[in-house]
Amino acid sequence: MAGEWINMLSKVLYIDLTKKRYWIEDRRDLFERWLGGIGVATQLYKEEVSRRADPLGPENVIILSVGPLTGVFPMASKTVAVFKSPLNGFFAESHAGGRSASAIRFAGYGAIVIRGVSERPVYLIIEPGRVRFRDAGALWGVRSAETVGRILREVTGGAGVRSILRIGGAGEKLVRYAMVMVETFRHFGRMGLGAVFGSKKLKGLVIIAGRNYRIPNTRKYLELYQKIFKLTMGPGTRKYHDLGTAENVAALNAIGALPTRNFSSGRFESASEISGEKLVETVLARRVACSACPVACIHLAAIREEYETEPFMYKTEFISYDYEPIYALGSNLGIGDRIGMLKLLKAVEDWGLDAISTGVVLAWATEAQEKGLITKDETLLDLRWGDWKTYLKAIQYIVQQPNEFYKVLALGVEEASKRYGGADFALAFNKVEPAGYLTGPLYFISLAIGSRHSHLDAGAYSLDQKLLSTGASLPSPKEAVERIVEEEAWRQILSSLVICFFARGVYKADLVAATLDSLGYSYSEDELKKLGREIYLEKQKLKREEGFSAKNLSIPGRLYQVDTPLGKIDRRYVEEALAYFDQLIKEG
Amino acid sequence: MFLSGAGRVGCGEELLVKRLAILDANRCVGCQLCMLACSRRLGYAGLNKSAIHVVSHGGVERGFTVIVCRACSDPPCARVCPEDALKIREGGGVILIPEKCNGCGHCVEACDLGAIKLDQETQKPIICVYCGYCAQFCPHGVIALQEVE
Repeated sequence: MAGEWINMLSKVLYIDLTKKRYWIEDRRDLFERWLGGIGVATQLYKEEVSRRADPLGPENVIILSVGPLTGVFPMASKTVAVFKSPLNGFFAESHAGGRSASAIRFAGYGAIVIRGVSERPVYLIIEPGRVRFRDAGALWGVRSAETVGRILREVTGGAGVRSILRIGGAGEKLVRYAMVMVETFRHFGRMGLGAVFGSKKLKGLVIIAGRNYRIPNTRKYLELYQKIFKLTMGPGTRKYHDLGTAENVAALNAIGALPTRNFSSGRFESASEISGEKLVETVLARRVACSACPVACIHLAAIREEYETEPFMYKTEFISYDYEPIYALGSNLGIGDRIGMLKLLKAVEDWGLDAISTGVVLAWATEAQEKGLITKDETLLDLRWGDWKTYLKAIQYIVQQPNEFYKVLALGVEEASKRYGGADFALAFNKVEPAGYLTGPLYFISLAIGSRHSHLDAGAYSLDQKLLSTGASLPSPKEAVERIVEEEAWRQILSSLVICFFARGVYKADLVAATLDSLGYSYSEDELKKLGREIYLEKQKLKREEGFSAKNLSIPGRLYQVDTPLGKIDRRYVEEALAYFDQLIKEG
Repeated sequence: MFLSGAGRVGCGEELLVKRLAILDANRCVGCQLCMLACSRRLGYAGLNKSAIHVVSHGGVERGFTVIVCRACSDPPCARVCPEDALKIREGGGVILIPEKCNGCGHCVEACDLGAIKLDQETQKPIICVYCGYCAQFCPHGVIALQEVE
């Protein structure tokens, strides 16, 4: 279906950490059939990982993939990571930007597959045609992912055209929701990729670009580029440009959908203290961008602080903020102290934890301690809503695991509630802690059925919000599922190209078809939609083979008790939707 | 128009010589769109054929340095070239004569700004032609094509 462009994408770099070997294979077969990104990574996962593989064993693999638009069109800036999740044991997918995607692409690869486990700590330098295995003995035990990055920047080449991925203490200690930091402030955050790195004794990857690809049809391409560049600077991305995703804090709070104190309410009395508006006014210090993105959604706060032990001695630290960490480590923990909240964001960044999972785990622990299910004997602390100083300590304990309780907390909220009780208020879907939208039933259904149990699977919080703003009545459970599936299926195309979802309003089907056409591919809009659905089903079927079914999920009872902007959620409505979904996937 | 890029614009009787100016590196977000544009100008997707470079000051939180030829009026790169492959441009800067270049890389070392890199594929220096194409894709007004004063 495509011309020469595929030759410049189809090289897959295989790395065996056990034998310290690497080789390159031309996988034109996969890139021709499945585009790239998640489409190709799903197939590689099928080839590489047995359904019963231990996520933390040598049989798990790390797959990183990019797509035909990577580095070629604006905002095609994401890398897809696929692996078996140590958090829930299923096929998992996580996306990150920074410079990872352009670095992989221009190092000469469409995908990288990392197998096996190293005997001793190692980091890799990946260049065009070459991989160097470096002893990471001196880096292992360096607990701050930021510091690890600082060291790798100094000892490897490629400044300006490289990407640096690494783990902090949480990945080494196999916290099941440890993240992989990319550059600074971007992450493969969700589903525990950091723990998979840790289990393989892989401290980091430095990927250095070097290749250039001749564009097949320059004129058509340049015209289209110009057009898309203008669109990505337009109203479709303004939200991410101006206040950033933190805009959601005030907007969601206004409709009663900002999860507060472990999802017990959708309104936070101190929301205005941690809102996007307030952060811009008080602490925003710089904005940065991923490669090939004019929007620069990465908002960095600066906090200036005097050392308690030495008057007149100051430091200034930079902390990136986004809506999800603000909800997870702000409103959901009852924290309205802006600086305290930013310090928690900084802590999870340093330790290398996923901010969402960490916040949800701590919210459950706080409520469990409040209700007496656990005591200070377990927590070693008095966890209290709003007390960020104590939460800072708790975050450290999640990584260091000083007792049995914190070892269990490091497994995720569902495991913790199985051991200590409080399943009713342990917020998780298939063991994955949710992002922060208390918008209504469609969002929660999508978390249950989405292929990665992420708010990004289908963005169904906006379906709820649309129902609210138009006053329309709820669709039937069947129709709700169909809408969610349709959106998620289309997003598989964006995830295969690989385009940042923040540009989803720009890259509509007709424009996507045009970009591919300019590179020598030939897809109609309908063909793209069909392919999206095929990729979607491939992923869903994989999860079935691994034992997933929506009707067996335990939905946290809290969701049926709390008020949402669309009222209380009806249990039967959700259950009917899940049953219909299982049937839909079974029928393919 | 974009692909010619000689850095000289005819304007009535006089010729105006242009060069790329960095207006405010503090506004740089590190998006690399200028680097991608420079490669695209030549018909390539990539980062390594670019004559403009963006590097962080040791971590993106500290901001970025934008490195590009400033069109010196007395360019050291031309002076160290053993083959006279870098012709001094009227108004400042140099023009590469690729047939003369032997790929020795002395010009790379002579530029203290770090604005010259060797193209790994051709083994010849990548020299800014002051066309300003990159500046058209800078979303935050960091760089601009300006007349040499």
